[in-house]
Amino acid sequence: MSGADSCLANAVTKEEAVATTPVLESFKLSEIFDSCREIAQDTEFTVAKRWLEEHPGKKAIGCFPVHCPVELIHASGMLPLGIIGAGNQIEVTYADSRFQSFVCSIVKTTLELGLTSRLKFLDGMLFHSICDPARNLSSVFLRNFPDMFVEYLHFPQNFASPLARKYLESEYRRILDGLQLRSGHAPTADDLNRSIGLYNRIRAGLREIYRIRAVTPHVISAAESFVLTRAGTLMAPEAFLEMLENVLAELPTRPTRPKDRIRVVLEGSFCELPPVGLIETLEQAGCYILDDDFLRGWRWFTEDVPIQANPLAALAESYSERSHYSGTKHDSRETKAAHLIKMVKEKKADAVVMQAAKFCEPALFDYALYRKALDEAKIPHLLLEFEEKTWIFDRARSEAETFVESLLFD
Amino acid sequence: MAQAAAKSDYQGRIHNLQKDMIGRYYANLTAAAEGKGKKAIYMLISGNPVELIEAFDMLPVYPEVNALQLAVKKQSLPLILSAEEMGYSTDNCAYVKADIGMYLADRKTPFATIPQPDLLLCNYVGCNVYLQWFEHLAEYSKAPIYNLDVPFFRTATPDPLEEDVNYVVKQLEELIEMLERMSGKALDYQKLQRIMQLSGETGELWSEIKKLTRERPAPYDAYFDSVMMMAPLYCLRGTEDGLRFFQEACKEMKQRADNHQGPLPEEKFRVVMEGPPPWPFLRQFRDMFSRWGAVSIASTYSGVGGIWEFGFRHDPQRPLESIARHMLQWNVTNRNFMQRYKQLKDYVEDWGADALVIHSVKSCRLFSAGQGDMREYFTKQLGVPTLLIESDLEDPRYFSEAQLRNRVDAFFESLEHQRHLVAK
Repeated sequence: MSGADSCLANAVTKEEAVATTPVLESFKLSEIFDSCREIAQDTEFTVAKRWLEEHPGKKAIGCFPVHCPVELIHASGMLPLGIIGAGNQIEVTYADSRFQSFVCSIVKTTLELGLTSRLKFLDGMLFHSICDPARNLSSVFLRNFPDMFVEYLHFPQNFASPLARKYLESEYRRILDGLQLRSGHAPTADDLNRSIGLYNRIRAGLREIYRIRAVTPHVISAAESFVLTRAGTLMAPEAFLEMLENVLAELPTRPTRPKDRIRVVLEGSFCELPPVGLIETLEQAGCYILDDDFLRGWRWFTEDVPIQANPLAALAESYSERSHYSGTKHDSRETKAAHLIKMVKEKKADAVVMQAAKFCEPALFDYALYRKALDEAKIPHLLLEFEEKTWIFDRARSEAETFVESLLFD
Repeated sequence: MAQAAAKSDYQGRIHNLQKDMIGRYYANLTAAAEGKGKKAIYMLISGNPVELIEAFDMLPVYPEVNALQLAVKKQSLPLILSAEEMGYSTDNCAYVKADIGMYLADRKTPFATIPQPDLLLCNYVGCNVYLQWFEHLAEYSKAPIYNLDVPFFRTATPDPLEEDVNYVVKQLEELIEMLERMSGKALDYQKLQRIMQLSGETGELWSEIKKLTRERPAPYDAYFDSVMMMAPLYCLRGTEDGLRFFQEACKEMKQRADNHQGPLPEEKFRVVMEGPPPWPFLRQFRDMFSRWGAVSIASTYSGVGGIWEFGFRHDPQRPLESIARHMLQWNVTNRNFMQRYKQLKDYVEDWGADALVIHSVKSCRLFSAGQGDMREYFTKQLGVPTLLIESDLEDPRYFSEAQLRNRVDAFFESLEHQRHLVAK
């Protein structure tokens, strides 16, 4: 039964469902989401550290946004962890002297995590070619943390050429060579395919979550889906898969009722993470967020990466051919705006919320072209700039409410 | 004690030669815009295959150079504002905004009408903004775009990886096929070799000119005068005009060195300058340093299109490979901080400098993001006095003259004081 059908069935027998569902069961989902929220905001990485203690000899590698080929790390016998800034959880005291005021917060809070020794438990960090500040951050890490394995992965931007795939395959080989030196385990093709298989299942689970959200957005909120996805980047993938499967099992019987909200697609938050409170504010202001690009890098593929004899080639090909459009991908074969509009139509959304991190050059550049295309397609849109370190969402609430009202009462 | 503002620019022959040559370059652009000229290939400065473009007798057009000319002529702000009205952010690179503003105003500038692109050749050499810039121009112009992907020089090896060189060379071959289709002619390989020879000799001369500032006094300012010599290096590299300019420039600079002539009456401080200049306020910015007798003896921005003073040359025997290495390694923007720090350290030590001045610009995160770490390294690890100041390269709204002057004055006052202490 599809998610939508099971929800419809629930709506008919809701009273019976609530009456017969054991109290523990109906709390299970909220327990899981509460625990995910805690994990998402934990700048001491407690869950990951516990796993490392329980698996002595194992190492962890931090992955900075956007997309990281985590399978390479996992197949080498190490734990990939999403090191994606510190949100609104820490004060920046040291990193401010290294990066200027006009640089996005995530670069500074990530450096702060390093400079306050919170990343000592990691054996290394992987950075990627997403923008200039992130690239410079990798250099700063290289210089300031000489004991760490710090690598920078250059993703190809020449998508129209078949050369790009061969290039990326050799780049993945280079990174893998470095990783295995650190871990002491040289992965075989089978090891890589096992890791690909595992992450394929996780990504399929997340795609299912997003499918459910698009069809029945009242069943799981964007904030819940966000903390779930984020928690997944901070724990062992095996444990996350189990959690994800529990959530998917519980969702169909979740007693909820649709609300009168506008349906939006959210774009621009592919790197720096918005505070959960901001997402909730948007939802409470009257938006169903049917789709978003939160943690886009960890949900990069639109379908499974094929299992084949050459796993690095499969990953390299999938990077460009089985992936979402994104602010950090400059695929000249089709404009990002065309993809965005297609997404809006597919999800039957009413509007687009462009939620860009302050100072995020790629997202802010994209906005100028998205705005033009959305105006031409007569799709209403709202630009919200945010910072990961915000605590107060009053302005965002009033902007969102005004936007919602303009759509509901047009 | 600060000197009275000294006469700090020279009016040599090369200044007029440059005006004349660049004037002709821009006249060619206008002719192309009017349909009477060559095919226009838009490219970026930071390491590009202009030699191939010249070999196909096409016209290289540089949005960056156009943007900086607009800023120098104080025309950039209205264009930036019009771009912001369209949805570009105050935090987006102002070079791009000025250029987009100009593109959408029928590409008319005081110095030329810029032709429509026949091809947007995005040589992705470090700067991520390049990718956005040309993506946007592709949207507005509907011209074909080729992303020439140059992997970042990200390894701690003396040279880029062979895989990277091969990847770039193969893309250059793809580019040649594209240019052949556009022109209807096969690549004239011997013509390319002659052009490579011109570039090679030009690079040799530029390298000689750069090394002259090891003299005391330096015969010219390696920041303020160098950035004015850059236009022929980009717009005319690979041409006879370009070579002639640098032959003249080298002769003139050598003469000044032989006569112990510097740009200032007295060279009191020798500095290395890091970062782009504030184009709308070149004069005022220069005066802030001249009044202290401070002369730049090296700069990184003057190497943004290529670094020749450490031995690199375009090689007619290996055209595609040397073009690839130029783009991968021998420019500033495709280098990581470790290499950039080493380059600055070499300038300080081998050219002999008293201090490092870091001009951080809001628009350019490639240069600027993380320069605090650069300052940390130079002051704490190397003991080099370092000044970090902020403004912008294109947007006049971010230049606080009084504040900047105070910071510069305080810095040189303290340097002067240190000197007196040491002398005692």
